[in-house]
Amino acid sequence: MNIDEKIADDLIANDISFVTTVPCKQLAGVIDEIDKRDGIYHIPANKEDEGMGLCAGAWMGGKRPAIIMQNTAIGVTINTLATLIQYYRMPLPMLISYRGELREPIACQVEMAVHTKALLAQMNIPTYHFHHQADVAELDAILKYTFMCNKPVAILTDANFWGGYGD
Amino acid sequence: MIRSEILKEIAPILRDQLVVCNIGIPSQELHAIDDQPSNFYMLGTMGLASSIGLGLALSQPKPVIVIDGDGSVLTNLGTLPTIANNVADNYILLIIDNGSYGSTGDQPTYAGRKTSLAKMAEAAGCDRVIECQAKQTGRVLQEALDARQMTIIVSKCESGNAKMPPITMDPVVIRDRFMKAVQA
Repeated sequence: MNIDEKIADDLIANDISFVTTVPCKQLAGVIDEIDKRDGIYHIPANKEDEGMGLCAGAWMGGKRPAIIMQNTAIGVTINTLATLIQYYRMPLPMLISYRGELREPIACQVEMAVHTKALLAQMNIPTYHFHHQADVAELDAILKYTFMCNKPVAILTDANFWGGYGD
Repeated sequence: MIRSEILKEIAPILRDQLVVCNIGIPSQELHAIDDQPSNFYMLGTMGLASSIGLGLALSQPKPVIVIDGDGSVLTNLGTLPTIANNVADNYILLIIDNGSYGSTGDQPTYAGRKTSLAKMAEAAGCDRVIECQAKQTGRVLQEALDARQMTIIVSKCESGNAKMPPITMDPVVIRDRFMKAVQA
């Protein structure tokens, strides 16, 4: 199974047509795949809170959005999640590369990894963690859940899920 | 002229359009001057009005006018290259540039000193950027709507705020009636 293709297929099957991204090495393949799909408007953002603003506008304009970003972005976007996405009750699937987990080569990434789940829990954000490739089978149900409840939902995808760094 | 005087003057133009309005006193002023379901008031999240408006403009065909401020654009400067590189000809960004952070006590911004937001928008790649004086804002805004071309307007005005009550409407109500206005 190619997980990049599977993720893009699931986004399209759930009518997600507006995707903003801030890149990560782990996410390079899925971002390439989204760029190739005609059914998705891909708009790279310079910062993740900006990306969430774009997604909020797209949703009010009638398109289903998603954001793809690193877990470091949780540190950037707490205020936007609380006062825009949650306050106005908007759905936002967040596909997040979970840097600083098992098989991570860069020590500094661990410093935000240790806060990631605690911050998401503090924000009452439903959180799923993909550790094995087979976990991607739940993505379709997670996307349906997100647009059912109109909440931001986090999908953490770690290095093991993406196949490591060639280690 | 101060911001509220500009808003009073352009209210008849804004009335029939989708408007995304910046956090704080600008939203309070617009709400008090001419509340419309087609106004999306930001109650929090400084800096994202231009991004919300761009997402909206890219996702549906109606014109979108964003009322932003110099301080808010400065806090989200990455928005200018994103706007320039994702052209939506139904998008107008009106930056009311009073050179100060109005909602927090009129502290000066860098836009009131050496920094030109119009030049920054041009350098970011925005094709149609117009800097005007406060009293020309209505004419320039109407011309931008008529041009049907993505436009960034920087309207230079004086610092100061009108005394208006806070918005007490529930955010979900603001959002819901706005989405109905988008679909109408």
